[in-house]
Amino acid sequence: MKPTSTHGSADQPTLDAKGLARRKFLTQTAGLVTVASLAGACKKDKNENNDGIDLGSGDIGILNYAYALEQLEAAFYTQVMMSPFSGISATETALLTDIRDHEIAHREFFKNALGAKAIMALEVNFSSINFSSRDSVLATAKAFEDLGVSAYNGAGKLITNPDYLLLAGKIVSVEARHAGFIRDLISNGSFADNTVIDANGLDLAKAPKDVLATAGMFLKSKLNANNLPTS
Amino acid sequence: MNIQHLITTIEKTDPEVYERLNPRRKVIQQFAKLGGKLALSAVPIALGSMFSKAYGRGTTGSVLDVLQYALTLEYLEAEFYTKAVASGIVPAGPPTGAFTTIRDHENAHVAFLKTAITASGATPISKPTFDFSAGNGSNNGPFKDVFTNYQLLLAVAQTFEDTGVRAYKGRAAELISNNDVLTAALKIHSVEARHAAHIRYMRRNLLSNTTIKPWITGKDTGGIGAAVQASYNGEELAVQAGITITNINSMAISVNAATEAFDEPLTDTQVLAIVDPFIA
Repeated sequence: MKPTSTHGSADQPTLDAKGLARRKFLTQTAGLVTVASLAGACKKDKNENNDGIDLGSGDIGILNYAYALEQLEAAFYTQVMMSPFSGISATETALLTDIRDHEIAHREFFKNALGAKAIMALEVNFSSINFSSRDSVLATAKAFEDLGVSAYNGAGKLITNPDYLLLAGKIVSVEARHAGFIRDLISNGSFADNTVIDANGLDLAKAPKDVLATAGMFLKSKLNANNLPTS
Repeated sequence: MNIQHLITTIEKTDPEVYERLNPRRKVIQQFAKLGGKLALSAVPIALGSMFSKAYGRGTTGSVLDVLQYALTLEYLEAEFYTKAVASGIVPAGPPTGAFTTIRDHENAHVAFLKTAITASGATPISKPTFDFSAGNGSNNGPFKDVFTNYQLLLAVAQTFEDTGVRAYKGRAAELISNNDVLTAALKIHSVEARHAAHIRYMRRNLLSNTTIKPWITGKDTGGIGAAVQASYNGEELAVQAGITITNINSMAISVNAATEAFDEPLTDTQVLAIVDPFIA
């Protein structure tokens, strides 16, 4: 079983009808972005070298970081719905399909928004997941959704463009809805329990390096977050 | 240092500076006139003191305004869930468990925001008198049975949570210059979204209505109807940053999924109009 992202290389042509919108989307940060590594001797993807796939710097780096996480989630739910766990209910089938589609929408959105600056399609490693087991699938889903929420919450302050901040905000609350629902499927009422919400009623926020340490366990591709902003 | 020039510059940058300095308005105007006569070394200290009163410690007026706005919404939710749990109409077991969890979070948010506002050198606004019938204080509004009708209670809860999510989102950009406050707001925002998902799932199960999902489909109210439509208008957006999400890159993404995948913001004006009937 080797799930891969359902789309092709990030190098495919980007000059289409959406070019204008993308250009507008990227204009404000374009000047800040370091052109992807020119270590061209390497025959891997343009933005991959021995240190891993460079997410980039500034806001583009954060968008690529989000794109990487959405690739992971989308690949996971795609596999979940391709090989549903035994005893899956009608409600689970319907709503896990919804979640799959949301994550694919997020992934493709970032891919198009980033255009030529997008990182490549990542290879995942789901060998630790038993897709025929409800417990294994839902535990992984919970881990991914909580991780996604904490990742966006932690990345907000690293974003400088208010338009991108709003976009991240539009996505993170959907991830939080997913997290609440998946948790309720595992144990009704655990949608916001004290493993994620502190005494002030606040959710988790994590730095990219901490998020990627967890996400990396499910990725064959190595990500390089060294150029991401840290404050 | 040209004190007149400095103050003129500040006035240009922030025309409301005198409003922020409210009780000290006359003082600073006199100060501007007298500035030239003051010992130069005293000027920055005196100015710094006045501005820390006006803006809080590093907290700009706008950030403070967002915190007070958030506090108003959290007051509303905290009192709503407190009354809901006390009403006795929430079934024992998981429903009461969920309402209690949410009540405690909303109370924690109130306490947290009050602390943050106080730490910024400002005074938290006081709690408004609420009317959960949505009757502007008549207690005879369209939701007058809210604490005796469990289905209605869940409907109002859903609306408050979904509106809360949109409200925080709508003002996040104003916090972009203050990392701590922005992160705290995001941490509250995602908790409200978890609440929303749970309340919606409760309604789905109670009403056996599979069109109600933990996420918002289009601008659907989940059968609540016109009374809460303003909380859902705009959620039907299927184009983000100029990119069409429906069937994006030939993926089979339905219009419904495209709208569900992104929650949309509300402006403060929109939110205050939604909340207004609930305030006496």
